[in-house]
Amino acid sequence: MDQPWIEKYRPKTLKDVSSQSTTTKILEKSLNTANLPHMLFYGPPGTGKTSTILAMARQLYGPNLMTSRVLELNASDERGISIVRDRIKNFARLAITNPSKEDLQNYPCPPYKLIILDEADSMTMDAQSALRRTMETYAKVTRFCIICNYVTKIIDPLASRCSKFRFRPLDENSAIERLNFIANSENISINNNLIIDILNVCEGDLRRAVNLLQSVSTILKNNQSIDIKTMFGYLPDSIINNLIDLLKLKNLNKITTFTEKEIIKNGYSASFLLISLHKNLLLNSNLSSIEKNKISQILYKSDSLISIGCNENIQIINCLYNLSKVL
Amino acid sequence: MSLWADKYRPNTLEKLSYYDEVTEQLTQLADAGSNFPHLLVYGPSGAGKKTRIMSMLRRLYNTTSIDNLKVDVKTFTTASNRKLEFNVISSPCHIEITPSDMGNNDRVVIQDLLKEIGQTEALDFSGLFHLAKKGTDEITNDNIPQKKFKVVIINESEKLSRDAQAALRRTMEKFSSTIRLILMCDSTSNIIDPIKSRTLGIRIGLPDNESMKQIFENILNNENDAKKIYPEDWDDRCIVYDHIIEESDNNLRLGIMMLEAMYMNNDSISITTPVIKPDWISVIESLTKGIIKERSVAKLSQCRTILYELLAHAIPGKLILERMTFNFIKMIDDYSSIKKSDEVKTSIVNAASLFDERLTLGSKDIFHLEGFVTRVMVILETDISSY
Repeated sequence: MDQPWIEKYRPKTLKDVSSQSTTTKILEKSLNTANLPHMLFYGPPGTGKTSTILAMARQLYGPNLMTSRVLELNASDERGISIVRDRIKNFARLAITNPSKEDLQNYPCPPYKLIILDEADSMTMDAQSALRRTMETYAKVTRFCIICNYVTKIIDPLASRCSKFRFRPLDENSAIERLNFIANSENISINNNLIIDILNVCEGDLRRAVNLLQSVSTILKNNQSIDIKTMFGYLPDSIINNLIDLLKLKNLNKITTFTEKEIIKNGYSASFLLISLHKNLLLNSNLSSIEKNKISQILYKSDSLISIGCNENIQIINCLYNLSKVL
Repeated sequence: MSLWADKYRPNTLEKLSYYDEVTEQLTQLADAGSNFPHLLVYGPSGAGKKTRIMSMLRRLYNTTSIDNLKVDVKTFTTASNRKLEFNVISSPCHIEITPSDMGNNDRVVIQDLLKEIGQTEALDFSGLFHLAKKGTDEITNDNIPQKKFKVVIINESEKLSRDAQAALRRTMEKFSSTIRLILMCDSTSNIIDPIKSRTLGIRIGLPDNESMKQIFENILNNENDAKKIYPEDWDDRCIVYDHIIEESDNNLRLGIMMLEAMYMNNDSISITTPVIKPDWISVIESLTKGIIKERSVAKLSQCRTILYELLAHAIPGKLILERMTFNFIKMIDDYSSIKKSDEVKTSIVNAASLFDERLTLGSKDIFHLEGFVTRVMVILETDISSY
């Protein structure tokens, strides 16, 4: 198979979807009754939103009918207002074709089409508002499924037309189960601690976990112990601890040289540095609430600056200088 | 004759020095064949990201055709019907693009180009040729070419707009059987989470001083003419190397260039020979020195001319700001007239962070650089005159 594992082990049916039991239960019910509302899926990356709707579509229509009944648009397609007006509208108003006898026996084949708008948070406001009436007018023959990471990026009129499903980050047990299943099917032996390490790093993002598992498995053959955290780009604990000690000494020169030498030159990314500092400082019980308050302010400011594309080195140094004042 | 930096660029994984564990990891990825994941390669510039990736591709495809590069010009049409021209560097096995060249239109490139590549299967007969040469007609799984995918290298991916990154998401999954992406970037901070979750991150840091010395020594051993110019004694040579390493900030490419420039410019090199550094670095250095010494309106207008000059020579505003800030931090200790040096440093860095933000959001670099210079002058003046 010439496919990465994330594609190979994408769930084929709703039952296979890990850990989203409330959502899948409701959807399975609608599978039986063949009655489907417009849907809005939201949740962090790697929690199975796209997989769920694709699995559902497959179960509803079967492979033959999928091509004519399902329209999948994602951020890689042009999705300006013209596409909503032409392509989506044209597809939405098509009358439905009759399913073949064979399909009818095996699949519910409900009398409506499905339009999947994946990654809808990158659609413009205009395009979204152009959808509003379209969704209602053709509700008889078409159902929409809107998928996004942040429900706030979807305009209210659209959100109110859909029933919302929140996808939670995966809980540990079902994720372990899934990873073990994949490991078994690929015939690799992997110990449990490593799987738990992988999951800790991925924070509920199953796709990232499967990806990491695949990469680990190719490297695993020679050396059995791997530091997943550093492989993934997190800073090793020793660096963070040294840095925090230096911050407490309040010696700006030492902080500068240490940061340049150990962090910037080693290519660690600023966002990971902030995550590690955040974890270490805010969970530290020796600091008072007022101090923690100030620390979060500093971290938040730096993070926002870095994410709009500011120079990392300047922002890191600024953040560290400010932190050293507080600590 | 080519530059040393190119001439001594390692072309196979075995020849790579330093960070052996990363090399080991890349070797295993290359050997994994169809299991090859999407990669996100990050690290500061001059660390050898490109060198490593190209070496890995050579091993992955096991042919020399990867070095048969050609440059194509593709035209794209944006939604507003504007025609765009875009350079694509390609070999039979891989394609290299720098979408950030296109500014805000990078999304169109990602959408069109990647889909086009993704929908065509890469044909690779190298395995069959190999068979024909061996004279066997026995086809087993081992000698059928396995790698049906093409590798797409995206340079400067941290500069991709959010839209372009969003466009990558599904494309990466949908066409995963025909293309693999390798995203190159200086830092992962600007890469959106969904992309990070689809790729395997590989961090490549700068080499440490020892490995750099070793590399310099290797180069000189191969360049007999140059070796005669550099000091004969190993300890003395080490001192020269140390100077170069310090001036180049461990940037290997820059270091090798400096090594070569010193050889070209001097008849003999001793431990006191100054390292030749790029002009703009020395200009910024003297600029910062001048600002600390003299804080006046007249100086400000001088600074303005220099800053304009730097910008006119295509030195990015952000780089100037970064250099200036770090120079200030380092130089302030040398001036005894500054009393509370720690407070001054903190305020300067604070100002730098503020003007960095404005540089990012604004469009005219010179305003913000001047603003920064003025702010620093005020900070210094307040400190000095308060006693």
